[in-house]
Amino acid sequence: MEPQNQQTSQPENELSSSEAGTTPSPIAAALRRAQGEWVSEVVEALGETTIVIPREFIVDACLFLKTTSGLEFNFLSDLCGFDRGPEEEPRLEVNYHLFSTTKFHRVRLKVLVNEDDAHVPSVTGVWRTANWHERETYDLFGVIFDNHPDLRRILLPDDWQGHALRKDFPLRGYEPYSLE
Amino acid sequence: MGLENVLAESLPEILTTQLDSLINWARKSSLWPATFGLACCAIEMMNATSGRNDLARFGSEVFRASPRQADVMIVSGRVSRKMAPVLRRIYDQMPEPKWVISMGACATSGGVFDNYAIVQGVDKIVPVDVYIPGCPPRPEMLIHAVMMLQDKVMKESIRDRRDAPDEEAREAITPGTLPVTDGSTLDQRDETISKPYTIASRHEKRRSF
Repeated sequence: MEPQNQQTSQPENELSSSEAGTTPSPIAAALRRAQGEWVSEVVEALGETTIVIPREFIVDACLFLKTTSGLEFNFLSDLCGFDRGPEEEPRLEVNYHLFSTTKFHRVRLKVLVNEDDAHVPSVTGVWRTANWHERETYDLFGVIFDNHPDLRRILLPDDWQGHALRKDFPLRGYEPYSLE
Repeated sequence: MGLENVLAESLPEILTTQLDSLINWARKSSLWPATFGLACCAIEMMNATSGRNDLARFGSEVFRASPRQADVMIVSGRVSRKMAPVLRRIYDQMPEPKWVISMGACATSGGVFDNYAIVQGVDKIVPVDVYIPGCPPRPEMLIHAVMMLQDKVMKESIRDRRDAPDEEAREAITPGTLPVTDGSTLDQRDETISKPYTIASRHEKRRSF
């Protein structure tokens, strides 16, 4: 339900942690204290926190968020991809929606990748449910997850060519269905 | 089925009309459906068999899970491209005589899903006898469709071969070579992506890229 497009394409509208009297997110602060290079950007809008993480640190950051007492993000609600459009650089995003069943707080992590080098380390070792979500992101966007135990298409047919939820994939596909 | 046709064609017509009535009455009074509930229309199909609208009154006493024991396949729900070869395989496993009812807008024509994933009408895969519109159709509409199918069955004749009605088609068939999709032609497909399906949908025309 969050307006993804607005958050990432109009950065001047978002509140940074030092403006407008809003309390900065403790989760982002904890991540920054652990390793400053993990957090490349924090976006807070509509009561939600989004942390942009460079892709080489995503597994470490997720492990930190899961195991640190006080944060305890033991539930990966969603792992989805997003195509910003063929003219954007970087083009693809991977969003991780985390929830804590003990502390009841939520956070969104974002990894931005280019189209020609769409590799992201897999977080299957942190949350097992990421297995199928990463397969879906690979199937529909073409993001390749390194160290994934079983990366193959999950929703589209196995011999499908192309990645269907990219913005330049035609809505009706390339040809009508025929048995041959 | 072929042997009965050969015998039937040699009988005088006065006998075959009597036989036709008997055989067609028997067939229409016990049309056993194969369960092929794919999506939301399956719920209405379940409703049609439940107590309030009872499809079993009209002969569909059981819904056979195995297609080998079924007469009619009620395709209820949208058929995705991934499911389409499976549907064809189940249809091929049904023995003659068999009929297909396409239930709902998605099975008839793709419904609201005019996109890359959904087959735009199950008649691109199997031959359909009765189409039912609706999203979902009411159970009474499904019962009406079964009754229409029963009327269609009554008009058939045992002199007609069901798998190859034309004379020249009949002679052209070598036994055991009827087309069944098993995925063996997948390797021969062209690897390059061809140009997009030329008719852009309304939403695509309004887009800027």
